[in-house]
Amino acid sequence: MLLNQFLILAAAMFSLGIYGLLVRRNIVLILLSVELMLAAVNINLIAFESVLRSPEAIGQVFSIFVITVAAAEVGIGLAIVLMIFRNRKSANVDELDLMRW
Amino acid sequence: MTFVIDYLALAPELVIVATMLAVFTLDLLLTRPNKFWTATVAVAGTALAAVPLVILAAEGSTRSMFDGSYVVDEFAVILKGVFIVSAYIVLLMSHHYIESDRYYQGEYYFLLLASVLGSLVMASARDLIILFIGLELTTGPLYLLAGWRKGDAKSNEASMKYFILGVLSTAILLYGMSMLYGLTGEITFAGLAQTTADLADEPAVVVALFGLIVGFGFKISAVPFHFWAPDTYEGAPTPVTAYLSVNSKAAGFVAFLLVMYQALPGLSDIWAPALWILAAASMTVGNLAALRQTNIVRLLAYSSIAQAGFMLVPFAAAAVADADLAEAFSATLIYLVIYAVMNLGAFAVVIAGARKTRSGEIAGWAGLAQVDTRLAVLVAVFFFSLAGIPPLAGWFAKFAMFRSVIIAGGAATVVLAAIAAINSVIALYYYARVVKSVWLDDPVGEFAPEAEAAPAGSLRLALLVAVAITVVIGFFPAIATFVGDASRVIASG
Repeated sequence: MLLNQFLILAAAMFSLGIYGLLVRRNIVLILLSVELMLAAVNINLIAFESVLRSPEAIGQVFSIFVITVAAAEVGIGLAIVLMIFRNRKSANVDELDLMRW
Repeated sequence: MTFVIDYLALAPELVIVATMLAVFTLDLLLTRPNKFWTATVAVAGTALAAVPLVILAAEGSTRSMFDGSYVVDEFAVILKGVFIVSAYIVLLMSHHYIESDRYYQGEYYFLLLASVLGSLVMASARDLIILFIGLELTTGPLYLLAGWRKGDAKSNEASMKYFILGVLSTAILLYGMSMLYGLTGEITFAGLAQTTADLADEPAVVVALFGLIVGFGFKISAVPFHFWAPDTYEGAPTPVTAYLSVNSKAAGFVAFLLVMYQALPGLSDIWAPALWILAAASMTVGNLAALRQTNIVRLLAYSSIAQAGFMLVPFAAAAVADADLAEAFSATLIYLVIYAVMNLGAFAVVIAGARKTRSGEIAGWAGLAQVDTRLAVLVAVFFFSLAGIPPLAGWFAKFAMFRSVIIAGGAATVVLAAIAAINSVIALYYYARVVKSVWLDDPVGEFAPEAEAAPAGSLRLALLVAVAITVVIGFFPAIATFVGDASRVIASG
């Protein structure tokens, strides 16, 4: 059974997501990076499930919940992006610097 | 598998759902001048949700559903009580504030109630999926509420920063959960507790724990995962900030406590040192940063980071010293309950004070006592309570924390207790600075006239409830001890 390959793929995608989140400046691309991280989690869950074969298919159920919540989160995220874009005519996180400690 | 649904056990959640739908429908039907009814319905529904809770509390039995994934025991009932009471106070604080903002009221209450529902679910969650859904339901609406003032650039920024770091932490948390599932094949806390004990030598378990600690660390805004908190707190509408600093933080704590104590007690050798560092760093960084704040909401933001550190102390100390976890659990919960009430009170005072002084700066509050003595007394009550001065409730929270550390014993815990003690003194300085400004300094600016600045009736009620609980627990700490005792049930089993 190929488990390690899937886990390595998931880890690589997850790391790529974190990298994108830190490096990208456009909010929409940051949202994409988050989606990449959540997709990595799903791959992880499904790969484990295919090995564990639990009677309730926990891994698959979990991943359906993750997909649903990810969709809701992107909805919220895009609403926020739209709100900011209307006020500033830009979707760049670097310009969000009104508050500094 | 049995799928018997226990409606009495679910009644508080169901009442909140019904209230949400009622608010949503009413908002569609009502014309603008009558929108205040949505607020009335939301407040009434939240109060109604307390009724089944009282019945469940009087009964005192443990009700379990879905093969033990959803449990309503004494611990869950008490936490739900805390969530509902604090939601009630926040709704009272919001009423006039949101109405005068002239934004959409119906949606505000709908989103706030959705978040309350999430925290209620979390108190009962005993498996990873339900915990995750509860956590997302709690924080999701708050991303939107933080950006409530759509035209205000600060509010936009607050929302965006909260959202990005919130989803990042969720993703890291989920990655940790997926590793945990892969290692054990279990998602229920009971199942995890049985299987994780043998995994202490497994390297992958460190990855799983790292994910969980980082994820929950963000939710409770512990240092070094606190960067979103001050900006979000400052930019969000003040009632939302109050909710963020109390309900959402408490919900994060509950999840953190449940997972570590119930699901992963066998791995405490790995997570205990991490918690020790989180607790020490949160207290120290939070307090030192609070010292140099001039904005009162930012001061409270850093103070709430520091308070999160204090709450982690018993939790970390017992685990490091391998002592009785039940004692630590009850101390943390006592602290959480008392902190919830006094912090909500402090934010209610900030709302009332900001109207009176037309300022969010501490310097702008100078001389408030000369024009409004009652408000100045309330400032003193809540800020001294946060500092932990008897006879206000805050002293008992600190007392319970230090007592649990002493019971735990051991060198590492003594060091932590010393750090906590030094930080309590630092905290007193900046809390007292606000009180000094209000009572001793001469006024610098113009205060708003009485007619304009008088707090609305709902805000007065919120202040009254908070001040009553703060003073009563201060004199009769046995009430809070009862809360702590109920939590021992969960730590032992």
